[in-house]
Amino acid sequence: MMEFILGHYNYWIVIFLMMLGFYTVISRGNMVKKIVGLNIFQVSVFLLYISIGNVSGGTTPIIAEGFTRYSNPLPHVLILTAIVVGVATTALGLALVVRIKEAYGTIEEDEIHDQDQSL
Amino acid sequence: MIDILIDIILLSFLAIIAIAIIRTRSLLAVIMLFSIFSLLSAGLFMVLDASDVAFTEAAVGAGISTVLMLATLALTKSYEEKPSSHRPWIPLLVVSVTAAFLVYGTIDMPPFGDPNAPAHQHVAPRYIEQGAKETGVPNLVTAVLASYRGFDTLGEVTVVFTAGIGVLLLLGGRQRRKKKKEKR
Amino acid sequence: MKHNLILRVIAKFLIPIIVLFALYVQFHGDYSPGGGFQAGVIFSAAFILYAIVFGLDTAERVVPPRVLQILASIGVLIYAGTGFVTLFLGGNFLDYNVLAEQPVAGQHLGILIIELGVGITVSSVMLLIFFTFAGRNRP
Repeated sequence: MMEFILGHYNYWIVIFLMMLGFYTVISRGNMVKKIVGLNIFQVSVFLLYISIGNVSGGTTPIIAEGFTRYSNPLPHVLILTAIVVGVATTALGLALVVRIKEAYGTIEEDEIHDQDQSL
Repeated sequence: MIDILIDIILLSFLAIIAIAIIRTRSLLAVIMLFSIFSLLSAGLFMVLDASDVAFTEAAVGAGISTVLMLATLALTKSYEEKPSSHRPWIPLLVVSVTAAFLVYGTIDMPPFGDPNAPAHQHVAPRYIEQGAKETGVPNLVTAVLASYRGFDTLGEVTVVFTAGIGVLLLLGGRQRRKKKKEKR
Repeated sequence: MKHNLILRVIAKFLIPIIVLFALYVQFHGDYSPGGGFQAGVIFSAAFILYAIVFGLDTAERVVPPRVLQILASIGVLIYAGTGFVTLFLGGNFLDYNVLAEQPVAGQHLGILIIELGVGITVSSVMLLIFFTFAGRNRP
């Protein structure tokens, strides 16, 4: 039982973080908070991939003498690029937030909705 | 054994900070907490033997994305999040149902760090055995990134470039418009 | 922050080290952790520090946004161009074996070139995004 919990703890925390991010995105009205939630979701996906790529007793996948067991390099590559692409897309989202603020004068979803309704 | 202990402690810290991020209303504090969150996750990547990823996450998550979020905050001048008028029950229900399904899905997953997991059976052994010989590069992450999956990386670089153009289009044009108004 | 002496002195001391480290990460990425993505981000972090401490206008005089726009596209062009060079030399797209006499040397050369392209694009796009955000509320 203990072994089962230790072996799946990573995945459960990943799911917990993912759901916290998801909850922030769908329940909070503030745009900046939504983007932070999206980023938490993103980090949880990174953690899932890296956890899957880990091999117990392995080392960083850089070939060196004296090591025979390396962790899986493929998830590392995918996540490495995903992090940089992630910050670029986050910047795009933040740029949209700035434009929304300039157009509506607020970044709260409810107020934007009210302004749209009153038109 | 010790790295599993560090792993569990860091993961618990991440969960606690994520809860703090959700509960905090001051956006400045939220962004600072998110920076700490990113730095901790970088440490976690290091423990999980992904030094390249840890590197990137420390520079990007704790550095650049924090600076960008602070810049946004300076532009939107909204330092406090207003309390939501909606009831949280429907989002909570959606989230709990999704979480239940996901946890049910993990029961079948191979335990953490299992060398016989299906993920390690397919292409990874070839990369580890042949990668350094075929490309002459001992860092397998670089070898896979630039050579074996070069096409993929070309796409990623194009995405970064496109996002840069998008930000320029959205925010780069103000001064020109002002000048036009002055001419009128 | 233009008048804060300690920040200015420490920043002047730190920025060359950060840039040097970024170059190390870029060109030593085949043997140690690193590569174009990380180097680009670290390189842009050095200039963002410069812009924060010494002011945006000074930073834009050091690296004008117009140059950054050109550099961002040059990086992608280096990457895609390497693919077309290998195509014309008789290999597949992005198959570096044909770049040199020995396949392994060709692979090594190809990896170095495209990592350079990635580094140039990532660093200039990150800087460009920062300059655009920071310059938005300039009077």
